[in-house]
Amino acid sequence: MAGLPGVFRIGTGAGFSSDRLDPAVDLAKRGRLDVMVLECLGERTVAFAHRDRLADPRRGYNSLLERRMLALLPPCRASGTQIISNMGAANPRAAAERTRDIARKLGLIGLKIACIEGDDVTNTVPDTHPLMDEPGTLAHIGRPIVGMNAYLGADAILPAIEAKADVIIGGRLADPSMYLAPLMHRYGWKNSETALLGAGSLVGHLMECGMQITGGYFADPGVKDVPGLDQCGYPIAEVAADGSAVITKLPGTGGRVSEATVKEQLLYEVHDPAAYLTPDVTADFSRVTIAADGEDRVGVANAGGRARPDKLKVTVGFDAGFHAEAGISYAGPFAGARGKLAAAIVSARLTETHGIKSPCRVDVIGLNSLFATAGATQDESRDVRLHVALRTVEREEAETTLWEVESLLCCGPAGGGGFRGAITPAVMTKSVLIDRSLVKPTVEMFVA
Amino acid sequence: MTSRRRNQRTIVRDIAHARAGDKGNTSNINVWTYDADDYGLLKRTLTPERIKREFPNLFRGEIERYEIDHLHGLNFVLHDALEGGVNASLNLDSHGKSWSYLILGMALDP
Repeated sequence: MAGLPGVFRIGTGAGFSSDRLDPAVDLAKRGRLDVMVLECLGERTVAFAHRDRLADPRRGYNSLLERRMLALLPPCRASGTQIISNMGAANPRAAAERTRDIARKLGLIGLKIACIEGDDVTNTVPDTHPLMDEPGTLAHIGRPIVGMNAYLGADAILPAIEAKADVIIGGRLADPSMYLAPLMHRYGWKNSETALLGAGSLVGHLMECGMQITGGYFADPGVKDVPGLDQCGYPIAEVAADGSAVITKLPGTGGRVSEATVKEQLLYEVHDPAAYLTPDVTADFSRVTIAADGEDRVGVANAGGRARPDKLKVTVGFDAGFHAEAGISYAGPFAGARGKLAAAIVSARLTETHGIKSPCRVDVIGLNSLFATAGATQDESRDVRLHVALRTVEREEAETTLWEVESLLCCGPAGGGGFRGAITPAVMTKSVLIDRSLVKPTVEMFVA
Repeated sequence: MTSRRRNQRTIVRDIAHARAGDKGNTSNINVWTYDADDYGLLKRTLTPERIKREFPNLFRGEIERYEIDHLHGLNFVLHDALEGGVNASLNLDSHGKSWSYLILGMALDP
């Protein structure tokens, strides 16, 4: 591998399913990385991937896999950078086979692609299994299950690293574990060294959302200005053997790494900072130190850890029917009043004329939408958009919703324009905990 | 990044920055002061009771506050605070990502 002496360099090449590709290519070419991680799964992403796979058994992996692999395999092979990703989603085998075929097409003969399976526990957890966060069982949801995936930890990834895979593809690999596993391998950290596992999980947690630590999702003009967000760079972690790390990015890229960007990410989607649960460790971020270490360089240290949770978390995806969304805009004098009239008309049509009882929400964007329930509303605006959302298991109700909003073009308030509407599949996810013994990860190597 | 001059400061955004995330129907919002000197004011302003009082229809459950004193930050865990969460909410922002600006828009304690 092609890193620098004394530190292990891990870069992020995607922090979510639809993340940018060109900065990942730049990082692969110039980053001198030991490992590039592409984190592309959320709870709902997996559920949607299961739906894709049910519709076509050759699919069910990240829809950008082909474009990402075409662009990243050549520079990563040239620099000896190992790729670790959960882009396999609901179908890691198909993703690994596709990656092998792409490598062959690119002439990268001999490239080794490890496929990690065993996270898919669909049909092995009974309907009577209790839910994790609420009363009731899986059966109480009353909707068809599309798939179940257990979160796999570093122990599922390590055999693929030991087998010297160039590319490691899995499904529900836990986000921080994809960073921790190569660190455990490089530095020989043992399962009993929980403080080190906590430190490696901190690195993973900070890095897993990509640009959220290099200035993305941070800018607020006037108080938090960030240069060059259109060319924002992905993060690099330079990790030492003691688990301390410097977070940085490539020179010449946009964005910023500062104590403030690191702090916001430190507790992103964290509840108790002293007990961040992963399949590998109960990580303690409560005493982490954050210190600037030069331009766009921030050092982090002092994470801790205790024994890992006994059970593994499983995400269960359900088919939740359809999500209908439709909108129409009003502008100019008293646009808000016309938007509110449109909202009242649509609400009456859907509930009274059509008798629809499915959950429905009508907002007037520009007066009150995101903060409507919080109570922050305005009375008037010169540019508003009616937004109607409905969730239903009856496709006809979804179609009626779009139809009613579109009908405002002739039957609604004056000056309405710009109707758009879409019906998309809806999924619901719940979590359950299962015994580790029920999950048996496997690794299979595909060679280009 | 600079916080505003003392006599101009009226809302939390004038002294702090924040990020919100979601897990199910639970929101978490971390809030950090730019200056260590303002951390006391932040702690006085952002009590769970005050936040709950400000947004009772949205924040329906318990609110926990974790204090990260050495980094001058607070982490709020707000239960039943996402209109059902991404599975059920029909809010355009069903993850409540914008909730950070509900907190940043709150008036500072005198």
